[in-house]
Amino acid sequence: MSHTFTLDGKVVPFVDGQTIIQAASAAGVFIPHLCYHPEFKPHGSCKLCTVKVNGRHTASCTMRAAPGMVVESETEEINAERRALTQMLFVEGNHFCPSCEKSGNCQLQATAYHLGMMSAHYDHFFPNRAVDASHPDFLLDFNRCILCSLCVRASRDVDGKNVFALSGRGIKTHLIVNAKSGQLADTDFTLDDKAAQVCPVGVILKKRQGFAVPIGERKYDKAPISETAESTEGR
Amino acid sequence: MDAEALAGVVDRVINRYRRDPTCMLQILREIQEACDWVPPEAIDRMQAMLGVPRTKIEGVAGFYSFIYTEPRGKYRVLFSDNITDRMQGNRALMERLCSNLWVERGKVSEDGLVSVGKTACTGLCDQGPGMLVNNYAIAGLSLERIDEIAELIRNKVPLTDWPPAYFKIEDNIRRADVLLNADFKPGEALLAARARAPSDGLNASNTRSWREGLPSGIGGPGATLDEIKRSGLRGRGGAGFTTGLKWEACRNAQLKAGHQRIVVCNADEGEPGTFKDRVLLSKCPDLVFEGMTVAAYAIGATRGFVYLRGEYRYLLDHLNAVLANRRRENLLGKDICGLPGADFDIEIHVGAGAYVCGEESALIESLEGKRGTPRNRPPFPVTNGYLDQPTIVNNVETFAAAALIALKGGEWYAGIGTKQSAGTKILSVSGDCARPGIYEYPFGVSVRQVLEDCGATDTQAVQVSGPSGICVAENEFDRVIGFEDLPTAGAFTIFNKSRDMFEVARNYVHFFQHESCGFCTPCRVGTSLLKNLMDKLHYGSGSPYDFAEIEKLNQLLQAMSHCGLGHTACNPVLDTIAKFRPAYDKRMMQQDFTPAFNLDRELSAARQMTGRDDAAAHLATEHGGQS
Repeated sequence: MSHTFTLDGKVVPFVDGQTIIQAASAAGVFIPHLCYHPEFKPHGSCKLCTVKVNGRHTASCTMRAAPGMVVESETEEINAERRALTQMLFVEGNHFCPSCEKSGNCQLQATAYHLGMMSAHYDHFFPNRAVDASHPDFLLDFNRCILCSLCVRASRDVDGKNVFALSGRGIKTHLIVNAKSGQLADTDFTLDDKAAQVCPVGVILKKRQGFAVPIGERKYDKAPISETAESTEGR
Repeated sequence: MDAEALAGVVDRVINRYRRDPTCMLQILREIQEACDWVPPEAIDRMQAMLGVPRTKIEGVAGFYSFIYTEPRGKYRVLFSDNITDRMQGNRALMERLCSNLWVERGKVSEDGLVSVGKTACTGLCDQGPGMLVNNYAIAGLSLERIDEIAELIRNKVPLTDWPPAYFKIEDNIRRADVLLNADFKPGEALLAARARAPSDGLNASNTRSWREGLPSGIGGPGATLDEIKRSGLRGRGGAGFTTGLKWEACRNAQLKAGHQRIVVCNADEGEPGTFKDRVLLSKCPDLVFEGMTVAAYAIGATRGFVYLRGEYRYLLDHLNAVLANRRRENLLGKDICGLPGADFDIEIHVGAGAYVCGEESALIESLEGKRGTPRNRPPFPVTNGYLDQPTIVNNVETFAAAALIALKGGEWYAGIGTKQSAGTKILSVSGDCARPGIYEYPFGVSVRQVLEDCGATDTQAVQVSGPSGICVAENEFDRVIGFEDLPTAGAFTIFNKSRDMFEVARNYVHFFQHESCGFCTPCRVGTSLLKNLMDKLHYGSGSPYDFAEIEKLNQLLQAMSHCGLGHTACNPVLDTIAKFRPAYDKRMMQQDFTPAFNLDRELSAARQMTGRDDAAAHLATEHGGQS
């Protein structure tokens, strides 16, 4: 059964069970997001996709569309809030775009550009996070983790391996891997795992592929994230 | 502990919990009680026996403050660090214990014997400063007691052989009303609930599905629910949702095959300054359990849980004994009070140091043995709660009141208090007053009246309902406790005019930062940013610009956060800025720029390494160490 709601004044159709972001993206409307991925169960944690529904803030990836909803997304107010969240993610980790292998392919960076983020604004936390280079084919650079849990969901729900999970609490929340040693090499993680494809930032990196595509010729160098149809999919 | 003994412990605990992964937190907690921590080898065995991935176990263990995956010593001392504990001098006591034991705060001693740290409010504000030793509460600490404790630890005296007087927790009931004065015999409320219905069609109505249920007001359960609705009872956990509506929604929720309805008592009383549930559970547990059973009867639930905060671990054995007695008396178990089909039992799950688990959906996650992260809602627990089954979660005090309503009727209860706030409210009074403790009042009592009754003088402010509540200043003391004015979960923390309200707010901000679950970006990062801002002001590096930053953070956290913790995290700061601005202004050393870096403060690590804190080890500057 098909119904409609309005998104920034535009009439958007949806079918029962669809979330706002699903309906929006089917209608070709981009809503910024990081932890959402169309192939996985919504998580609702990054809050980038927050919209106003009938005047109330809510995450569009977890809120089901309902007939007649009045949804605001591209407003000055909401984008300012999204920008602040993006800044928070930047200062929480260690994100040095110019030297990052993911630069140009990174959803966090692309989202920051999309939202017109000109500085990190807040003081950096500069957390001390170790890098895990134990695996023959992969490098884990936790400095860039934004805790979106896409790798957690991909490994659990698609690969059936539970290679990744979140542990800790609060600002100490962090990604762990499924090994007593805590090292990726001691897990059954492999190149063809779905979890190897979904990291929106530069945590899970394939070895021996560094800068194979020059910076400047990468995905979001060519077109902004809002115009990249497959922007939500892994590379 | 050798490998064999460890395996024995793990097997015993896991088997006792029927190898059920939903009991993961309880299993971790009990392994730790036996082993002093959760060693990797224990996780190996859990993984094998429970059939769950290691990441899941470590993810859960890492979430809770009281579960240790690294050794923390044979004696794990945690000082309660609520603002009231600070006012009672907990800092000096902690330093004394650290120096007595040659241990650095937050670290484990060189010999691995002891660790000394701090924890959020342990609910002993009326008899603080308080501490937990291996999760057992000790109240009323003094320098003398600290020296004794250091001696006991040094001599490796087992905790069970420490003087019992240390572990004595007083109820301190100063004013009792209908609830705390209730002359209540276990089973009375259930019999009254049963008697409310005509005898026909009553039997087995407890287990009837919603479709078969008798129309409201006819059957015993329906009649009981009507009494609850008639009473106007609203949730006592702070949010004040109408209890009758919650119960009815759960009762009407469709049951899937193999599912049952669940009653959960939220005894995760974590709001700093609140301790009334501690007293209710210690003084009248039967009333609480009976309230849960009344709820089960009214909604047709067959399984119940009490989620007891880890800080109240000391109550567990007593509460289990009360439950055992109720089973013997046929007040729990099968065919309760001789009603065929009236089956209900209660088990107690103990938390492990996570304030956010007081949020009902996080509590349910924790009950399921997971990380205590609040769920996306809708759906709500009344339809999709514990293991996706219809679930009501109510506060301890709500259940106690429900038992009395079942006994005496809704109209009786509605006649107490005010029009919008029926009944009584138990306040946990602490801070600057002569008689801290438990005060039960009919709703509608003024702040001024409470202050008078507890012997508070020269009062500057009262924090009503804890950090997430409202800070009330002197000109507002005629405001009244009630949902129409000052809603409260019960905390009533008093500050006299000598107290620095900025430091009060800073303590609360540290609390929220520590307790944020970390799930959503705004709360996880925002509470840390707020903490950093407050620390910046504390160290004299603040500027007027920071007020605007705090205001912006507040708007963001209110708009974007996942749950109430983030929504309210800025409240104490905004309230105190609005009402006690001079406490902030005096910290504004700079008007024009914002020095984020303080050279003298950066030297603190060097000072610590050299064991120096004399004047020559500080940079001499005019403005309190400004660089």
